[in-house]
Amino acid sequence: MTVLIKNGTVIDPANNINTAKDILIIKGIIKSIEPPGKLDTVNLNNPQIIDAKGCIVCPGLIDMHVHFREPGFEYKETIESGCQSAAAGGFTSVAVMPNTNPVNDNRSVTELILSLAKSKGGIKVHPIGAITQGLAGKRLSEMADLRDAGAIAFSDDGCPVMNSELMRRAFEYSKMFNLPLIQHSEMLDLTEGGCMNEGAVSTELGLKGMPTEAEDIMVYRDIALLEKTGGRLHVAHISSGNSVDLVRHAKAKGLPVTCEVAPHHFTLTDEAVRGYDTNTKMSPPLRSNKDIEKIKEGLKDGTIDIIATDHAPHDITDKQVEYQNACFGIVGLETALPLFLKLVDEKILSMSDAIRKLTATPAQIFNLDAGNLSIGKEADVLIFNPDIKYSIDVSKFHSKSKNSPFDGWKVKGKVFHTLARGKIVYTDPDL
Amino acid sequence: MIIPKNILGTKGLSKEEIVTILDSAEAFKEISTREIKKVPTLRGRTIINLFFEPSTRTRTSFEIAGKRLSADVINISGSTSSTVKGENLIDMALNLEAMNPDLMIIRHSHSGVAEMLSKFIKCPIINAGDGHHEHPTQALLDLYTIREAIGDLHGLNVTIVGDITHSRVVRSNIYAMKTMGINVTLVGPPTMIPLGIENMGVHVSYSLEDAVLDADVIMMLRLQTERQNEFLLPSIREYSNLFCLTTKILKRSKDDVLIIHPGPVNRGIEITLDVMKSDKSFILNQVTNGVAIRMALMYLLLGGNNDSLN
Repeated sequence: MTVLIKNGTVIDPANNINTAKDILIIKGIIKSIEPPGKLDTVNLNNPQIIDAKGCIVCPGLIDMHVHFREPGFEYKETIESGCQSAAAGGFTSVAVMPNTNPVNDNRSVTELILSLAKSKGGIKVHPIGAITQGLAGKRLSEMADLRDAGAIAFSDDGCPVMNSELMRRAFEYSKMFNLPLIQHSEMLDLTEGGCMNEGAVSTELGLKGMPTEAEDIMVYRDIALLEKTGGRLHVAHISSGNSVDLVRHAKAKGLPVTCEVAPHHFTLTDEAVRGYDTNTKMSPPLRSNKDIEKIKEGLKDGTIDIIATDHAPHDITDKQVEYQNACFGIVGLETALPLFLKLVDEKILSMSDAIRKLTATPAQIFNLDAGNLSIGKEADVLIFNPDIKYSIDVSKFHSKSKNSPFDGWKVKGKVFHTLARGKIVYTDPDL
Repeated sequence: MIIPKNILGTKGLSKEEIVTILDSAEAFKEISTREIKKVPTLRGRTIINLFFEPSTRTRTSFEIAGKRLSADVINISGSTSSTVKGENLIDMALNLEAMNPDLMIIRHSHSGVAEMLSKFIKCPIINAGDGHHEHPTQALLDLYTIREAIGDLHGLNVTIVGDITHSRVVRSNIYAMKTMGINVTLVGPPTMIPLGIENMGVHVSYSLEDAVLDADVIMMLRLQTERQNEFLLPSIREYSNLFCLTTKILKRSKDDVLIIHPGPVNRGIEITLDVMKSDKSFILNQVTNGVAIRMALMYLLLGGNNDSLN
């Protein structure tokens, strides 16, 4: 099959391309990229032509932090529905967290995920193995076996590794594989029973707070351990301004620390919790404007390497309950693009730098063969129009779950087509 | 004066609305002093008391208020409700609503429950206490008691003492008192004063001795002794030494200071028995007034007519 993408502006940060180009894809592989009209199309056999006029054509986005809930919680999301949600959001590679049931702490679960992704996914799915068996924080999982089966990193996401000795050993052990440990940084003894950011709003609402220090302390602990042991640390969904400073300081020392931020953490504050909408409940929680300012600084100066959604689907039965009892998390794949484009509008990031944080940089950190439009590579491509305005409608999400605080938001920037391995896996139904 | 459809909190109630409620309560208070304590105002109306948390005072007060207005009052407590069978709270409320009640009174241990349910059911709701968030009828009966004893509320100094963090009574009183022009000072150990409470327009003090000096009203809160595992206090003994309202401390306050307490009282922990029994204490007046306030709210929410009071 042959696909020709014409008249778009190609932005490929990995190859320093940011100009009008046409792209030719043959049998799923990027064959050539040439200035408009310069592609040799004479001998093409009935190519499918995508007119990308007014659009940006970039590598398919990479989300290093999603929960696809399979196996175990298929009523919330499956690998199939998760991949459809990803494609609709412009993502062609995702990394799935191991807090499934059973936990992805062994080869057979990793293999199951990969085989389901292959038969039903359409996009690239990368399993993240557990740091500890059963996410219980007691004993290391078989990291070598997980790596051999296809795990690209390790994390106990949602269950931070509280035991410092165990975390130290995890850093040491993981050095054999040079794979990053992804920490959900939260000192659980400071957040027990908490369900939102601690501050004036939690005080007014009478909800128990989760202080930013719970994040800061663990971020610093891990940096301190890493400095001694070596290994690699990736801080998941950074939400505290002080944690951004800690990561910046660690990077200045040359330590192998990277971090990510989720779109909701630079878009919403804890003010959104007023009214007790459980779709504002996530961990880490929505913070303050002060934290958002620091996060934007961190995005700007490169302290925050990548944007990842922490796509956390929950069924309405898990959300339509008392705020205190609601599950943590929101879906993120299908709202990520317009939210990170706001950073471009606000001049926090250039368009190219914003795309880089969702393509080239995550690929580099996690050593994925993706995130660029190099000739000869598999064609994972996103075509989006940055100027289209519309309202977010959760009922149209491809995810099985609709738990988003952005329902009804008026936003700008829409996915038109997503191609994975040269195949169109999503086209905007309004086109 | 039209008051809101639901009473979820005192936040957002205007001065005029609060005055209307207090004035109405005055008319209803008299009914409870009659030999025949019943008027036909809400005859044929159904009120459901849905209590997911233990309560003596508040539940009984709502029940008596409803019955004195001739409404049919149904009590449902947490232990007899179907949520123990795993029924979703919203489903349960929808099922109760399907039986066409005219008013639901809801008490729940989690903050925000009354507000959440108000988004799903059309039946008017009175929040009888949600977690650590609001307890509006308590604040209204406190204001009523203060107004009855002192008169004009504007410019009064009220000192509230105890575990501020975990108190819904405090939050409802702050909103209502600020609206009525009252100066509020909160007193307690810093472990029980939540972050950012000053944003609600109150003063904070850690010294009971200082905070009683200018007070026109001292409100003592119950120390929730079941919270002793939360690292908040070294001991109840030390708490008492620092924050118990005693005759000795009262000597520093104004002669005509008013003492109130939302109950239940831990005798000797936050207030000594002699202070509790003194003529400065209006704790039992609060309970009496609570019935009147709840009768007034039921009447105002359900639009009963004035003629039926006689």
